[in-house]
Amino acid sequence: MCLAYPGKVVKIDGNDGEVDFGGFTKKVNLMLMPEIKIGDYVLVHAGFAISKTTEEDAIETLTALKEIRDAFYEERREIHKEGV
Amino acid sequence: MTENPIKKAIERCVELLPDGKRWQVMEVCGTHTMSIARMGIRTILGEKLRLVSGPGCPVCVTSEGDIVRSIHLAGLPGVIVTTFGDMMRVPGGGKSLFDAKAGGADVRIIYSPTDSLKIAEDNPDKQVVFLAVGFETTIPSIAATVELAGKRNLSNFSILPMMKLVPPALRLLCEHPELAIDGFILPGHVSTIIGHQPYRFIVEDFGIPSVITGFTDRDIADGLLRMSAMLASGAARLENSYARAVPEDGNSSARALMEQVFEPANAYWRGVGELAASGLNCRNEYARFDARTHFELPDGEPPEPPGCLCGAVILGKVLPTDCPQFGKSCAPENPLGPCMVSSEGACAAYHKYGFSDEK
Ligand code: SF4
Repeated sequence: MCLAYPGKVVKIDGNDGEVDFGGFTKKVNLMLMPEIKIGDYVLVHAGFAISKTTEEDAIETLTALKEIRDAFYEERREIHKEGV
Repeated sequence: MTENPIKKAIERCVELLPDGKRWQVMEVCGTHTMSIARMGIRTILGEKLRLVSGPGCPVCVTSEGDIVRSIHLAGLPGVIVTTFGDMMRVPGGGKSLFDAKAGGADVRIIYSPTDSLKIAEDNPDKQVVFLAVGFETTIPSIAATVELAGKRNLSNFSILPMMKLVPPALRLLCEHPELAIDGFILPGHVSTIIGHQPYRFIVEDFGIPSVITGFTDRDIADGLLRMSAMLASGAARLENSYARAVPEDGNSSARALMEQVFEPANAYWRGVGELAASGLNCRNEYARFDARTHFELPDGEPPEPPGCLCGAVILGKVLPTDCPQFGKSCAPENPLGPCMVSSEGACAAYHKYGFSDEK
């Protein structure tokens, strides 16, 4: 549950940011990282940027985590579809 | 095993460690448990270094009473319960949130706790309760959500606090007479928030080497190599193998927000019982966002499911494969305990990635 995904900050508007996770972007709350700048790499957990990281980390981690995520989250996506 | 350099690094760990003892290292984080199982590391380590899983999955350490209260809340009229997906199938008192939902309860899986605020705004005639589970990685985002609810003056949003702090659990593990843990692989993402300081006692008071470790295969191999080198030389240091994401001081803005909204409270852990100051409650200024001030909930701690060894699994006293129910009356499709439900539970990880090589 403590997984965090690295991505690149591409937009900042107050506490609202947009982070590029290697192809798709998502809205991310930047409230916990007030010092963040456009172009920084961050770890995102539960919709919040929680820490800075490096570009290398972003590439390597996203590849590694994909396998785990795909395996375990399929069922969850099913639930999610009928959920919200 | 995935890549060769990683296999080599793990073999190197075995070479480094002195013979004549079975070394026992705990990976505290559920995400590590999953990766270690997926990478097949235990097979290479063999008998010499035993990796045991710790209390690193927030859902698995949630008490039976908290699960029962969550399901009870979901069944109340006019209530929408929001939750992380991991909680859905955890059984409590013979049913799960999933069953409650199938029976007509309004239970919604969310990605971020802040999604609950939107749901509350869209449903002014309903009470929206977020099931607040999580360690320090997640707690700041929960604190931020409560703070935002205060700013927006939401009167139909609250949380059921079930948050847990990692350092008090580590202290219990260090002090536990039966456990004899030689080293800790510490959770990388919890550390992005808390930094190094809260772990120092492990090294200073107990002389147990510890490595803050990241989540790629390379990170895990590096964490284990550093651990083996320390064990071989008898050094007990706190090392940071995940420095690219974990600054020594952690994330002080996140901690400030946590402290603004929450205060330490005793918390009940599955298999452990009550641990002093190991959880969090809303401070007075935010007490209106504590669901327990609005709803009457069943109190107390009912017994854990009979025959389930989750409590012992969480403490690393037994391996999932030691549980007589494992793979028989307990499997991911019909889980008896949370360790088989959560994607990060030790029982689920062992079940998914094979267990013939685990002994
Ligand atoms: S295998 Fe099932 S019953 Fe046994 S400890 Fe794990 S979750 Fe509990």
